[in-house]
Amino acid sequence: MTDQVRTANRPDLLVVETSEGAQGLQPRDLTSKDELGREVGSVLRVSGLTVDPNDVDFDRQDDETMIINMGPAHPSTHGVLRLMLELDGEFVLRTKPVIGYLHTGMEKTGEQLTYTQGATNVTRMDYVSPIANELNYSLAVEKLLGIEVPERAIWIRMMMAELNRIASHLVWMATNGMDLGATSMMIYGFRERELVLAFFEKTAGLRFNLNYVRPGGVAADLPDGWQDDVAVICETIDARTYEYDQLLTGQPIFRERMVGVAPITAEEAIALSVTGPVLRSTGVAWDLRRAMPYLAYDQVEFDVIVGTYGDNFDRYAIRLNEIRESVKIVRQCLDMMPKGDYRIQDPKVTPPPRARIGESMEALIHHFKLFTEGMHVPAGEIYSAIESPRGELGCYLVSDGTSKPYRLHVRGPSFVNLQAIPLMMRGGSLSDAITVISSVDPIMGEVDR
Amino acid sequence: MIGLPARSPEGVITSEGLACDLLCFPTVEQYPKLVRAFKNAGFQMAIDVCGVDYLEQMDRPLPEGVVATRFEVVVNLLNMVKKERVRIRVQAGTEHPEVASLFEFYPGVEAMEREAFDMFGILFTSHPDMTRILMPEDWEGHPLRKDYGIGRVPVQFKEAPGPR
Repeated sequence: MTDQVRTANRPDLLVVETSEGAQGLQPRDLTSKDELGREVGSVLRVSGLTVDPNDVDFDRQDDETMIINMGPAHPSTHGVLRLMLELDGEFVLRTKPVIGYLHTGMEKTGEQLTYTQGATNVTRMDYVSPIANELNYSLAVEKLLGIEVPERAIWIRMMMAELNRIASHLVWMATNGMDLGATSMMIYGFRERELVLAFFEKTAGLRFNLNYVRPGGVAADLPDGWQDDVAVICETIDARTYEYDQLLTGQPIFRERMVGVAPITAEEAIALSVTGPVLRSTGVAWDLRRAMPYLAYDQVEFDVIVGTYGDNFDRYAIRLNEIRESVKIVRQCLDMMPKGDYRIQDPKVTPPPRARIGESMEALIHHFKLFTEGMHVPAGEIYSAIESPRGELGCYLVSDGTSKPYRLHVRGPSFVNLQAIPLMMRGGSLSDAITVISSVDPIMGEVDR
Repeated sequence: MIGLPARSPEGVITSEGLACDLLCFPTVEQYPKLVRAFKNAGFQMAIDVCGVDYLEQMDRPLPEGVVATRFEVVVNLLNMVKKERVRIRVQAGTEHPEVASLFEFYPGVEAMEREAFDMFGILFTSHPDMTRILMPEDWEGHPLRKDYGIGRVPVQFKEAPGPR
């Protein structure tokens, strides 16, 4: 047992215990040319793009570079993201995200849970925007079932999804501020998010991981007096965004670290399958809410915010303005919220109300069947996608006609967007690496699932 | 429903899919050529790549002419100009599933193909870095396979006793 003890005399054991093997970033002499090409971003040349000629260090043979490890417990990596960086002095040459530290096999778990239970599972993937996860899953299940939810459920879902987008972007504003040393932003961001979470608690009973959006509608109707709560949230947050503007946008230190740092072009972003604010920051007006409308997004007015340079500052500005656009949508939901059922009145999908169980045998049977066996979804496969605060959140669902999904795959936008990090960091300094991670806004629960 | 793009390989079987504009069933040989044809036809983005293990569903309904295999690779392509989605389902093989990597056309599939490899053991030839991505490097087995024993692992640490 003594030879297992890690001491400074046994550095090999230290390496063994922390190494991820081939998953990690290897020294150049152990890296194949193909992989090196990918790591320095030159693969994008296949699509007619070129790397900056001054930027190439392919043939570098000296041993002046150093591979260092950052994370998974680094405070600025937003969870358990581990980055391995090759540095030349203070400048980043290669980066490789090493992920999987939060992998809990949620896709496998999804195959064991019935469709009724599934929403509680997916809501834990992207824990900052749970409503988007539930919505995405529910839409996929509903399309397989071939049912249409009532009008009011659609609008409630849309309003909750936008409130969640506000909350999610506020957390981003807060943590981004924290990463840049603007610690007061940290406090303000979480303070405003609290307003949204309090409303969630009032509506669904929980603050996050709500299990509020379910196949067939939503779990509960909006509480009495919700109009006043939502109006206050809209008014407060809309006004506060202008305060953030004053606090951050013109702030010289903030601008130094954001403007022109880590740019990415539209072609690169598209080639790397990047979506969401990172893609829009490059000037591509691609927002599924506008491009392929779901729910009732074709009936509300809002702008798709795009940037120009694809740098950190654009990504910041887009998220700040998306908060305002979301407030706009929530206000329209407030005015246009239809009356009616908040969930579909199909006993095969929606459990009967508690009061009915005592008086109706049929209701009792439906209730029993739904919670012991679950709903049977026709065999088929579907990929459906929505715009989550981080990009395209997709759900590929295979049903074999039983009450459990045969395969549940979630396309996490953060997982895919992480691929842009090596390209964005390349050539920048190590201190900019922090802002790059922050501006991509990865949520590790969604990356690792 | 849209048609196959120009210069697609011959004999690709298509059908209508749920929530997509075209569903294609190429063979392993046709697959990279078909993707190239779609890319040339304006499908800029490979939005999703994932694997499916149909171990318990070898008799699943497929269009006539498609030979069902245990593993499938499902690719979703997106045309951002015409706003079209195409889904490609490749029958990847049963014993040793292996398909070509799309990395050459879409560098963004890198992580997604690694995930499919990690979870199902589907090999993607000419992928630059075919390593595990979510599971530890020394993990045995591919967890999302249907014959993978759940709960088989007592403790998931490297020093833990017992076979993995």
